[in-house]
Amino acid sequence: MSLTLRNVSRTFAGASAVRNISLSVQPGEIVGLLGTSGCGKSTILRAISGLDDGYEGEIEINGNTAKEVHDTTGFIFQEPRLLPWLTVLDNVIFGLKGEHADKQKRAKEYIADVGLEGKEKLYPRQLSGGMAQRVAIARALVTSPEILLLDEPFSALDAFTKMQLQDLLLDVWKTYQSTVVLVTHDIDEATYLCDRIVILRGQPGEIDREITLTEQRPRKRGSEELARYKADILESLNLDRARSIT
Amino acid sequence: MAKSTGELTGVYIREHTKKKERNKKKKKQTEVVLLGSILPVLLFILWEFLSRQGVFPAYQLPAPSAVFSAILDMAATGALWEHISITVYRVFAGFLFGTIAAVLLGSLVGFYQKAEHIFDPIIQAFRSIPSLAWVPLFILWMGIGESSKITMIAVGVFFPVYLNLVSGILGVDRKLIEVGKMYKLTPLQQVRRIILPASLPSFFVGVRSGLGLGWMFVVAAELMGASQGLGYLLVLGQNTLSPETIIASIILFAFIGKSTDWLLKILEARSLYWQDRFAKT
Ligand SMILES: Nc1ncnc2c1ncn2[C@@H]1O[C@H](COP(=O)(O)OP(=O)(O)O)[C@@H](O)[C@H]1O
Ligand SMILES: [Mg+2]
Repeated sequence: MSLTLRNVSRTFAGASAVRNISLSVQPGEIVGLLGTSGCGKSTILRAISGLDDGYEGEIEINGNTAKEVHDTTGFIFQEPRLLPWLTVLDNVIFGLKGEHADKQKRAKEYIADVGLEGKEKLYPRQLSGGMAQRVAIARALVTSPEILLLDEPFSALDAFTKMQLQDLLLDVWKTYQSTVVLVTHDIDEATYLCDRIVILRGQPGEIDREITLTEQRPRKRGSEELARYKADILESLNLDRARSIT
Repeated sequence: MAKSTGELTGVYIREHTKKKERNKKKKKQTEVVLLGSILPVLLFILWEFLSRQGVFPAYQLPAPSAVFSAILDMAATGALWEHISITVYRVFAGFLFGTIAAVLLGSLVGFYQKAEHIFDPIIQAFRSIPSLAWVPLFILWMGIGESSKITMIAVGVFFPVYLNLVSGILGVDRKLIEVGKMYKLTPLQQVRRIILPASLPSFFVGVRSGLGLGWMFVVAAELMGASQGLGYLLVLGQNTLSPETIIASIILFAFIGKSTDWLLKILEARSLYWQDRFAKT
C-alpha cells in the first residue's frame, strides 16, 4: 500500500483553497494534517478519498491514480453520519459485501472492539455523541481499509471521550497496521497520535513544514517531550502574530 | 448464591418495571382519549338540550338523537353501507392512482435533473390551477360515471404527494450520500439504501395530506352528480329538506376520514420508528 500526492491543488469557483500539496505517506504511518480552520485540510482529505475529483495534480494509491473512491480507503467524518433508520449493527454492516451471517459476525466483532457490545440493536437516536462516533469508527474499520482517512473525528466530543477514542484508534491501528491520515486542529491530538505532522498554512493552504516525531508509543499525554513539540508547532503556526493582526 | 438471588431479583424487578411501564402507557392512552372526548361530549349534550328546549328549530338543526336515528334507519335498510362503501371505494381508488402517479413522476423528477427540467415547470403550472376547476372538464370528457370522479380525486391526491416526495428526495442530506459513495454504492443501491429511506418522512407528509384532499374531492365529485355515496346524501338532504340526513353525512365523513388518517398515521409510525422526533409528555 502506498499513498502519494503530487502537486495537488484545488480551486473552488476561482478561489484557490489549497496549492501544490506534495506528500508521500509510508505504509503503516500515521500522518497528521494540522492547520488553522479554513486552510484546506478537509479539501486535501476529500481529494485523497476520491469524494472530490475536481482537484489538479495527481494522487496515487497503490499505483492507481484514478480520481475515484478506492476500495482500500475508509473515511471517518467529523460527524458520525450514521443512517438513522438502521440499527448500530446494520450501520456497521452497511459497507460490507457477502453472506449475511458472515457480515453480521464480522460487524459484531468490530462493535465489540469499539466497546459497544450489547448495543447492536439501538438506533442512532438512542446513542450519545461518543457512542455514535464509535459506531462510525467500527463502520469504517470493518471493511479493513488499508488507508484510513479521518477528518477531525474527535473534535465534537468531550475531553474524556476524545482521549478514549484516540487510544481506541491507536489500538486498532496497532492491530490492523493501516495507514492513517488524520486531519486535526488539535495540537495535543496530533502530537499524541502522529508519526509525522504536516503543518499547513495560509490561504490558499500550502505545506509549511513537516515534523517527524520519534517518541515511542505509548506516549504520555502532557509529557515534556510532547510539550516541546507543541511549543515548536505553535511557533511555526505563529498564532501570536496572527492574533495581533486580526 | 447471594449473587444469583441478586440476579434473580434483578430480573424480577426488570420484568416488573416493564409491566408497570406498559400499564402506565395504557393508562396514558386512555387518559388521552378521555381528555379528547370531553369537549365533543359536552357539545353533544348541550346541542341535544338546546334542541329539546326548542332553541334550534328542528327543520334547521335537528337534535343529535334525530341525526343518529336517521343514521340507524339507513343502516337498517342497508342503504348506509352502500353509500359508505361507494364513497370509500372512490377515495381509495383515486388515492391509489394519484399516489402511484405521484411516486412515478416524483421519483423521475427527483432523481434525474433532465426529467426535472422537462416535467417540473408544467407540473408547477398545473398546480396553480385550483383542482376543482377541472371538474366540469372531466365530466364533459368522461361523463358523470365513476371514472371522472376517481380521476378528480386522483388529481387532488397527486399534488401533495408529488411535491413532498420531490422535496424529500432533493432534500436528502448530502452527507449521507457521501457515506454511500465511500462504500461505492451503485446509483440504484444509492436510491434504495439511502435516498428512499431518507425521503420517507417527507413522503408520508405528502400521503397524509393527499388523503385529506382525497376526502375533500370526493365530496365535490359526489355533489356534482352521483346517485350514491355520502356526498349524494348531502344533496339528497338538501332536496328533501331533511337536515338530519345532511348532518348524518357530515358526521360520517368526519368519522371515516379521521379513521383513514389514523390508519395512515399508524403505518407512518411503524415505518418511521427510527425518527428522532419531539414528543410531548
Ligand atoms: N465545496 C466548496 N465550495 C466552495 N468553497 C469551498 C468548498 N469546500 C471548501 N471550500 C473553501 O476552501 C477553503 C478550505 O476549506 P476546508 O478544506 O474545509 O478547510 P479546513 O478543513 O482546513 O477547515 C475554505 O476557504 C473554504 O471556504
Ligand atoms: Mg475541515
